[in-house]
Amino acid sequence: MAVVTSPRLVGGWWPLARVPVAIAMAMLLFVLSAILASAEPVFPELTGRVNDAANLLTAADKAALEAQLAALEARSTDQIVVVTVPSLQGYAIEDYGYQLGRKWGIGQKGKDNGVILIVAPNEHKVRIEVGRRLEPLLPDGKAGSIIAGSIAPMFRRGDFPGGIKAGVAGIESALTGDKAELEERAKRPPPPVDYSGYIQLAIWLLIVAFVIRQQMLAARAMASMTPEQRREWEHNNRGRGGGIVFLPGGIGSGSGGWSGGFGGGGGGGGGFSGGGGDFGGGGASGDW
Amino acid sequence: MIASRLGRIGRPFALLALLALTPPLAGCGINNIPTYEQSAKAAWSEVLNQYKRRSDLIPNLVESVKGFADQEKSVLTGVVEARAKATQAQINIPADILTNPDAMKKFQDAQDGLKGALGKLLAVTENYPDIKSGENFRKLQDEIAGTENRVAIARRDYIKSVQQFNTEITTIPGVWWKRFMYPASKEMASFDIPADEIKVPKVDFGTKK
Repeated sequence: MAVVTSPRLVGGWWPLARVPVAIAMAMLLFVLSAILASAEPVFPELTGRVNDAANLLTAADKAALEAQLAALEARSTDQIVVVTVPSLQGYAIEDYGYQLGRKWGIGQKGKDNGVILIVAPNEHKVRIEVGRRLEPLLPDGKAGSIIAGSIAPMFRRGDFPGGIKAGVAGIESALTGDKAELEERAKRPPPPVDYSGYIQLAIWLLIVAFVIRQQMLAARAMASMTPEQRREWEHNNRGRGGGIVFLPGGIGSGSGGWSGGFGGGGGGGGGFSGGGGDFGGGGASGDW
Repeated sequence: MIASRLGRIGRPFALLALLALTPPLAGCGINNIPTYEQSAKAAWSEVLNQYKRRSDLIPNLVESVKGFADQEKSVLTGVVEARAKATQAQINIPADILTNPDAMKKFQDAQDGLKGALGKLLAVTENYPDIKSGENFRKLQDEIAGTENRVAIARRDYIKSVQQFNTEITTIPGVWWKRFMYPASKEMASFDIPADEIKVPKVDFGTKK
């Protein structure tokens, strides 16, 4: 805040001669960060559990898959999303997949239980991208088996809807195979919300209440003083404090963290959104 | 004004106000340096974790390619040696590796050596349809590919966190907070991205069939 920007202090801590160097460094870092940030594909909008930008599915297939996936989420909170893309924009499907998963936030926050089936028909690539905490249930080898055994043979015959349905069925059976684990996973509560913003607010409210109370007490005390007492009191307290300036900046700044939550739920038709799950590169890719 | 009217009562109040001011200060970046440092350290742990995972897969892999002919056994020993080196590097990590670019480079070289040896081994298996077509080997191959992918992602995440941290301690106002509060914090070492991972995405308008 104001304290730091005082030029006197800065001059003392940091000889002016080094400022140009620092500026040059900052510019370099800025350029670097711009490069890093731009190294990202352009992703399609998340429109539902089935995002068929490459037009491989009929409306009926789509509706059936949507309903199937919504039912799975209602049961286990796992989010499976199917996406078909006309182009991977020159990226490896592994690069594309994990970034898409993070961008959309498939899976519940803290449970990281999302799976994405990505089909890129023009590049002849398919990938099952597995959220971090589903990796033990759907290890790379198993994801690879689903691709090699169920998806790729159908894709080779040109049966995209069949391959996608078989893939989804394979993923679902891997996730629901262990009934006890499934129930436990569904019940596991989402991680605690960050309450620091509220605590901060509470502290401020307490202080404000305190100030008001003290002021009222002081005013009452003043009112009951004789003019002489009052002069004496003012004399005694001369020069004390310059008043405390409140800078209530920062209230509410800490109140993020609500972005989690459950998208869709049942129904299938309603607006679907990712719950904020994370991806770390688990899964397998294949081609046909 | 308030304080002068409050008189004596004002003093504990001022203390309380000072205490209360501390959380709002977080809004102006006083906590950024330690926060970013912690997230960079977490990203680093993930890198180590994924390297270890790769290392752990190798005994199974070596087992699965026992059928190699003699002239190709050297590829196998290459992997085993590279793994030993990488493991050694992981055990003997210097405590200051995160702020010591030379140590970081040495560690990375050992890990990259293992990556290269593994690549060679997988290339050689192309000559062995029996091994390659086996279900177990296919799974193992998926695990290795998946692990390489995780390593790459963990490294990229680490590079990003380090970049954020280094930017914070070298730019305003972070550099002032560093002087004032965290004089011990140093720029962290990052990786060089290996040449084969730097690729220019080709432009494709989806017209290619």
